[in-house]
Amino acid sequence: MVKVKVNDIEVDADPKDNCILAARRAGVEIPHYCWHESLSVVASCRMCLVEVGETKPDGTVAMGPKLVPGCQTPIKDGTVIRTDSSKVKTSQQMTLELLLLNHPLDCSICDQAGECYLQDYTYKYGKAHSRLDEPKLHREDKYHIGEQIALFTDRCVMCTRCVRFTREISGTSELQVVARGSHEEIDVFPDQPCNNKLAGNVVDLCPVGALCSKDFLYKKRVWWLKHAESVCTGCSTGCSISVDQNDNKVYRLRPRENPLAQGHFMCDEGRFGFKYIHDERRLKAPRWTGSSESARRTASNSPADKPSDLNFSDPWTGILATAKKRIQEAIKSDAHGFVAVLSPFMTVEEAYLLASFVKGIDSHTRLVLGPVPVVGQDDRYPKGPKGEPPAENKTKFTIRAEKCPNRLGVEAVLRHFEGDVVRIESILGRPEAHAWYFVGGYQTGWVTEAIDRAVGTPSLLIVQDIFPSPLSDRADIVLASASFAERDGTYVNGLGLAQAAHAAIRPPADARSDGRLLMELAQRTGLFNALSLRKEIGSVIPELSVLATGDLGEHGVRLHRFAHTPALANT
Amino acid sequence: MSQTEFQPILLSRIGRPNSQSIESYRADGGYTALAKALSMANTEVIDVVKASGLRGRGGAGFPTGLKWTFLPKDVNGPIYLCVNGDESEPGTFNNRVLIEEDPHQVLEGIVISSFATRSTTAYFYLRYEYGRCYRALKKAVDEMYANNLLGKNILGSGYSLDIYLHRGACAYICGEETGLIESLEGKRAWPRIKPPFPAIEGAFRRPTVVNNVETMACIPHIINKGAEWFQSMGIPKDPNNPRDAGSYGPKLYCISGHVNRPGLVELPMGVTARELIDKHGGGVWKGRQAKAVIPGGLSMGFMTNAELDTPLDFNGPGRVGCLGLGTAAVVVIDDHTSMVDVLYNACRFFAHESCGQCTPCREGTAWSTKILERIRDGRGKLSDIDLLLEIAASIGTIPGTTICGLADGAAWPIKTAINKFRGEFEEYIKSGRRSESHVLAGAH
Repeated sequence: MVKVKVNDIEVDADPKDNCILAARRAGVEIPHYCWHESLSVVASCRMCLVEVGETKPDGTVAMGPKLVPGCQTPIKDGTVIRTDSSKVKTSQQMTLELLLLNHPLDCSICDQAGECYLQDYTYKYGKAHSRLDEPKLHREDKYHIGEQIALFTDRCVMCTRCVRFTREISGTSELQVVARGSHEEIDVFPDQPCNNKLAGNVVDLCPVGALCSKDFLYKKRVWWLKHAESVCTGCSTGCSISVDQNDNKVYRLRPRENPLAQGHFMCDEGRFGFKYIHDERRLKAPRWTGSSESARRTASNSPADKPSDLNFSDPWTGILATAKKRIQEAIKSDAHGFVAVLSPFMTVEEAYLLASFVKGIDSHTRLVLGPVPVVGQDDRYPKGPKGEPPAENKTKFTIRAEKCPNRLGVEAVLRHFEGDVVRIESILGRPEAHAWYFVGGYQTGWVTEAIDRAVGTPSLLIVQDIFPSPLSDRADIVLASASFAERDGTYVNGLGLAQAAHAAIRPPADARSDGRLLMELAQRTGLFNALSLRKEIGSVIPELSVLATGDLGEHGVRLHRFAHTPALANT
Repeated sequence: MSQTEFQPILLSRIGRPNSQSIESYRADGGYTALAKALSMANTEVIDVVKASGLRGRGGAGFPTGLKWTFLPKDVNGPIYLCVNGDESEPGTFNNRVLIEEDPHQVLEGIVISSFATRSTTAYFYLRYEYGRCYRALKKAVDEMYANNLLGKNILGSGYSLDIYLHRGACAYICGEETGLIESLEGKRAWPRIKPPFPAIEGAFRRPTVVNNVETMACIPHIINKGAEWFQSMGIPKDPNNPRDAGSYGPKLYCISGHVNRPGLVELPMGVTARELIDKHGGGVWKGRQAKAVIPGGLSMGFMTNAELDTPLDFNGPGRVGCLGLGTAAVVVIDDHTSMVDVLYNACRFFAHESCGQCTPCREGTAWSTKILERIRDGRGKLSDIDLLLEIAASIGTIPGTTICGLADGAAWPIKTAINKFRGEFEEYIKSGRRSESHVLAGAH
């Protein structure tokens, strides 16, 4: 650590910091467009020009003769940075006035309004009036940039973050700068749109409303959106995300910066793959085929039969009581034959609740790990010129083949309660398994023919899931559970990082979050609280002892046995 | 020695029959310098060039020998020499004449310089428009390979060198050394941020030196006749100013614009603008007076008639508010020409050529052009004059606020034109008249 002074504030900085990072440590903002922690330095926007000087051995400060870009200028012990002098302020005002020269007055129809760096910096560092008395350059909007990307060309400030992203992070190099000087535009070659699997990130990177997500375009003003910090459940990379919702509807997912997880980005599959949360086919209420009354009332999902606002009877109480009774009966009659299948989509807390409940009744019950979906191979970026993957130590982003968020977490619970991790494949076809409690929660169909056949005609079939399946269609009890956006809990990603996810919205209709329903099923006192459950788990399961603090911070905590694994290669 | 008796050195072979051929060059003593250099240690060659006080003729005037010493001492891998034949500064054509008429002089300088800097490959970056130059160079390079003056084991010395001729694609920004390097690598010619400087990390990430064509042409003569001979010409350094590196050697001056005899003339450094125009350029045409004179390429700005006794060495133009000597391309503007039109032409050039990376240059050059368009259309406001000065200040009154010097070059004509001819601008705006002149040719 070195000592740096920013506007008379002394602060300790990392010797690898540039001036922008050093100033940040002192709570001082140096406005910038083209610089980004994950991308190469180009120092082209000139927004971050500051005065930098050094402290001589005799204590006097020698400031440099001219302004320098904060993003390009390294610091050392004794560096003095000034961002509040009149020279810097004039430069900032002029740069903003110049950027706004050809910028269209689109705020009222631009998606970026409310989270726009041009708006924010102009308000904080710019001038109220422009002296432009000339016609602005008008350029056409481009919808062909990518399947998910639209470009409003004349809003672009030529920071080239998007171009550098496709060169340095995705390696696919689709985005180009064409033409020269003030006529420059971002574009793609005719047959090579920006459709790589990381394409959505350029929308986040774009500081203005030039690059927009077609999915989110014109859907919601960002100041109506509330954010919840969560984790993407698409694969075991477990990108830290922010779930943005309004009025109980999720509008978009955005990556959260996490140096311990995935850095600054997320893949498109995760980013745009949340629509299933609001799919009409979701299980919206629990049902029990036992009683004709509840069967009739809750069996159908059609709107006409949905519980109305005036119907205050809670279907869950009766069904959960029945479920518990049936489970206890099944276990008492034949513990070996009772199998609870824990899906790798469960959070650690939910897995713990179910495992402790089942094993609490009889330790001879079986706990197995549900199907782990694997698609293809780990997809590493940046790609080379022929699309080849990078070397391990040059990888900047990985989309993992394992398409579930918490196999490691659920396995830790299983190892504790069952002694070992038994996969469902090894128990299928065993004749002794006849009473089943399945937990699903998968984004797509997961009930294979093999599973369906192996379950056959069971003595008891309870399914806790979000979508109907061949199993839920013939289950005795269906517990309509929640998607990741509707639950609090902990996920452990493929590199052993335990992260806390928070619910953003409520489950639809009468569906209920898994944690809450499991608490009630197990008749534990109190409400579901992830933090207190983590403390309990941390003290009970040694492998998960890092959870004992309860609060995992915004970046998560590594499980002990992964403490020395690098988070990400080379970001 | 008086100026009129000056015998050309760099231009001495121009006009001789077959001046471009190797036979003719050798008959006039060519390639003896190369043989001599190859017999020296490469560090000796650098010392001679350093001692001569030769400063780069590309515009920046950086001491050449000193630049060569910036290369790292221990290098594992190739070193490259790039020759800047992009010559796009408006008013400049000295490199073109040198290459077309006496290519071997330049090439001999290149081989000697490559030897001195231990370069393994030399890249000659030539602007695309110089087709005749390219053909002359190609022929000369082929002749050199055939005569063991290029390729492996040159003249049995053990030193090997290859030269590649690389043609540009019509962009002024490729004359900026890192813009040139980017273009050479096949990329957009967007100049790089510095540090790292090319001597450490240049073409293809290797240590690279970029030198101007005229600078290269001086090298064989320095080797043959010595540093002291070179220093016998020009203006010696000011003993009271430790920062002054002197202005030594012969210099090619381009004269163009409103003169009777536009052309290229070689003189010792330090001739005044007035003498250059009146004696060597045949005087201002049509019996008119010079209103404004550009001392060294458009980027340097303008001098007034009263300032024409300024010596055109590396220090002179700076003393009258110009950016420097630049390429020593003198352009004369007569007193029948409106400075508004001239400035508009200048701004149009820089707006067209700005690479567009940095906000101030990209937006500022375009804005100043639009303002001048509006003024020329009769809709100017008096506040525009100070606005233009402010734009010029923001894009580069203090050189260095942008990634490269194009912005400074764009700002100086605005600054000097308005500061020195303010009355004319005010009068033009007040009159509200529209310009009748067409945009001058050559401004793309």
